[in-house]
Amino acid sequence: MQMLSKKAACDSHGQDSSYFLGWQEYEKNPYHEVQNPNGIIQMGLAENQLSFDLAESWLADNPDVLGLKRDGKSVFKELALFQDYHGMPTFKNELVEFMAKLRGYKVEFDPKKLVLVAGSTSANESLMFCLAESGEAFLLPTPYYPGFDRDLKWRTGVEIVPIHCSSSNDFKITGCALEDAYEQAKKLNLNVKGVLVTNPSNPLGTTMDRDELNLLIDFAITKKIHIVSDEIYSGTVFDSTSFVSIIEAVTDRNIHDTHELWKRIHMVYSLSKDLGLPGFRVGMIYSNDETVVAAATKMSSFGLVSSQTQFLLTNMLSDKKFTNKYIEENRKRLKSRKEMLVSGLSGAGIECLNSNACLFCWVDMRHLLSSDTFEAEKELSKRILFEVGLNISPGSSCHCSEPGWFRMCFANMSQETLKVAITRIKDFVESITSSRENCNHELTVLDSRRRSVSKWVLPLSPYDNNEPADR
Amino acid sequence: MRHLSTKATCNSHGQDSSYFLGWEEYEKNPYDEVQNPKGIIQMGLAENQLSFDLLESWLEKNPEPAGFKRDGKSIFRELALFQDYHGLPAFKKALVEFMAEIRGNRVSFDPNHMVLTAGATSANETLMFCLAEPGEAFLLPTPYYPGFDRDLKWRTEVEIVPIHCTSSNDFQITETALEAAYHEAQQRNLRVKGVLVTNPSNPLGTTLSRSELNLLISFITTKGIHLISDEIYSGTVFSSPGFVSVMEVLKDRNCDKTEVWDRVHIVYSLSKDLGLPGFRVGAIYSNDDVVVATATKMSSFGLVSSQTQYLLSALLSDKKFTKNYISENQKRLKKRQNMLVMGLERAGISCLKSNAGLFCWVNMRHLLRSDTFEAEMELWKKIVYDVRLNISPGSSCHCTEPGWFRVCFANMTEETLDLAIKRLKDFVVEHTANGHSKSNNSSKNSKRKFLLKWVLRLSSRDRDQEPDER
Repeated sequence: MQMLSKKAACDSHGQDSSYFLGWQEYEKNPYHEVQNPNGIIQMGLAENQLSFDLAESWLADNPDVLGLKRDGKSVFKELALFQDYHGMPTFKNELVEFMAKLRGYKVEFDPKKLVLVAGSTSANESLMFCLAESGEAFLLPTPYYPGFDRDLKWRTGVEIVPIHCSSSNDFKITGCALEDAYEQAKKLNLNVKGVLVTNPSNPLGTTMDRDELNLLIDFAITKKIHIVSDEIYSGTVFDSTSFVSIIEAVTDRNIHDTHELWKRIHMVYSLSKDLGLPGFRVGMIYSNDETVVAAATKMSSFGLVSSQTQFLLTNMLSDKKFTNKYIEENRKRLKSRKEMLVSGLSGAGIECLNSNACLFCWVDMRHLLSSDTFEAEKELSKRILFEVGLNISPGSSCHCSEPGWFRMCFANMSQETLKVAITRIKDFVESITSSRENCNHELTVLDSRRRSVSKWVLPLSPYDNNEPADR
Repeated sequence: MRHLSTKATCNSHGQDSSYFLGWEEYEKNPYDEVQNPKGIIQMGLAENQLSFDLLESWLEKNPEPAGFKRDGKSIFRELALFQDYHGLPAFKKALVEFMAEIRGNRVSFDPNHMVLTAGATSANETLMFCLAEPGEAFLLPTPYYPGFDRDLKWRTEVEIVPIHCTSSNDFQITETALEAAYHEAQQRNLRVKGVLVTNPSNPLGTTLSRSELNLLISFITTKGIHLISDEIYSGTVFSSPGFVSVMEVLKDRNCDKTEVWDRVHIVYSLSKDLGLPGFRVGAIYSNDDVVVATATKMSSFGLVSSQTQYLLSALLSDKKFTKNYISENQKRLKKRQNMLVMGLERAGISCLKSNAGLFCWVNMRHLLRSDTFEAEMELWKKIVYDVRLNISPGSSCHCTEPGWFRVCFANMTEETLDLAIKRLKDFVVEHTANGHSKSNNSSKNSKRKFLLKWVLRLSSRDRDQEPDER
């Protein structure tokens, strides 16, 4: 008899072993400005490290909160005992206010519809448990965050069917692509329960425009399915007016609580990207369906937010002066950093998808591929890892249907480090270009490089996963 | 097409709606020494409120960890970014040492075999996902913690088959009961993947004896199945015979290189011993590398806040503190338990002899109108409404004998406990005087109608105020 469950035994994380290779190599040889200037620079980690000073200075001004005090009195006991899965009411009030602020107050949120969970990883999984049976499917536009393969599918048994997006129209979702995905699901005998989008998009770094949102809404109405909008990056939109939340989009279509689609709209949020606090595990589900809210609330027992953390962040978010400044300053810094990367890459002849949000760029390196194949993408990926010394995420790991695209993060390092990374890429491209001018020579070089690359590909599979948990 | 999943809609939390009735009534009318002295006293909440002063004083003396500082420097950034599902190494080290200390250092644990999870609720569910397929089963001795019906079964679709224990031998697990449960599972076409025990037991408040542990190990060896020992209450053992962990028995049997070694897993948490349920700190300890690796990845769905990991790693690394805390906490629990036991005795109520936990398993069979669960419900409602105490009826814990109740003693002040005991005493006196025992049947019918009215009203209510606490 099999001793462990299938979930434990066939623990399949990443058919894309190259994704993990990058991480492993980085761990072995991490860049450090002083101690290891030739090491690998981590550009595969979508962390927001740009605004910690603002949070730190707030903490320095508010020592009582850390000391678990309120008005000078200790609230330690109260917090130690607080495990109500409805969450701290004051915290939820502050969160909905913060979320509304991020959307320019164009929408309003009801704290009673909010469910707190330990990170959006938990939120997404719980929503799947609430909306779909094992064996049913959700449609996701590609490219998408690799972690979804685990978060949405692993323990839930739910399937993902891709909505193929392409560079021909900047990877926007089209009516055709939606229908194709739906048909594909039917062919696979999968009952489609909904569409899950990440808006702003990971890995694209773009916000969905109104046309896309309307297409999505029409599609969900016609097919009578759910829309889950993961808006985890909503606070990273450089220019707030350009972000249209799903709630805003449906409201603008006069879809209110009497419309049958209303209850099928759900949102996911987290403080991991906007506030740069992935370690604190603060995620949430927002749903217009009371049954979903009730079920998700009970499910949150499996991943509640630490009361110590709820208390700290309630106080932080209730300081409006702080949040106003933070939101604005954070956006400014992210925008400036992105522009630095984009222009740096442009100087190396590499273009990025035009983006207006997030902590990364979607970089077009198709012209650097030896052929228009994923094998060539893998090859290039390894060269960038071993020769250039940068860990970046290949598009194939995000299920992109076109080879040659890479996600490069810019907010998890200092400006100086980013400059080093840009210089390295520039040098690399120059060396490729000059070697390409000598065609015959290049073919031999590529062959031998390919051989040395395949030497690296094979031993990967039995490795224990030092899996990148971060988006 | 059905819009929501079965898991979301057939939201069955307790066929035992009475369990929630008590909670609801308490919420409506909670006792307060000053503001509401006639209110309902909460005795259904297994919280440890006896030793907060020790924690608070440690926090006063050690402000750095809560302040995100280490040696005067801010490590806020490092903690804000720390989301490695392998957990904070310093915390895991401190935690395994704390667990060893609780077991008198008779066993030691390897931090590499430990997986941190957001509470034992998460740990137990995750273990089910790792060890069983939907439709497979785990055997659990009754009575057991009502929350297991949700934690072990809901999203995992694993089944629970009870191992019936009775008062005839103080609810100890017997070989006959184990075999009977296994057989029942087979009759129901359920493949048994393991046994899950809570040691010390909730709701019994007793530790498993060496012979029970040996029995369990032999049983799982023969059947080739797993054993999960939920040792969440291990730090609350306050008197003899003392706590014997399953790891200790395995060691004594020289099982450490054998096959069965890999099939024994422990669940722990800081919610009961340290009284910190709000901080969501749980752990899985397994000797099986695949289980550890899988559970580690699954912990992504419920990681412990790094802010909390850091604070508690500092707390638990302070050996002077832990040594004092463990012994002082046990002393206070013992005193409190004794207070309740003596008080109940004076009211003519006996308890199962216990040596651990935050509650007593109380025998009120002699107060039942008849030896039925209906009578238990009737008695329980009287206790909630007339005596104004919220206690947990045995039926909610799947006890096979009516008349047992779990009564908590560590979640209130001494004065409140005194009052609760007094109220119960008065009730028993009145109850006996009015002949409200099995011989008096005249008001039985009207009371049954009253009872039904409440039961029916309940089923339509939103069961949202679910007691999460064990």
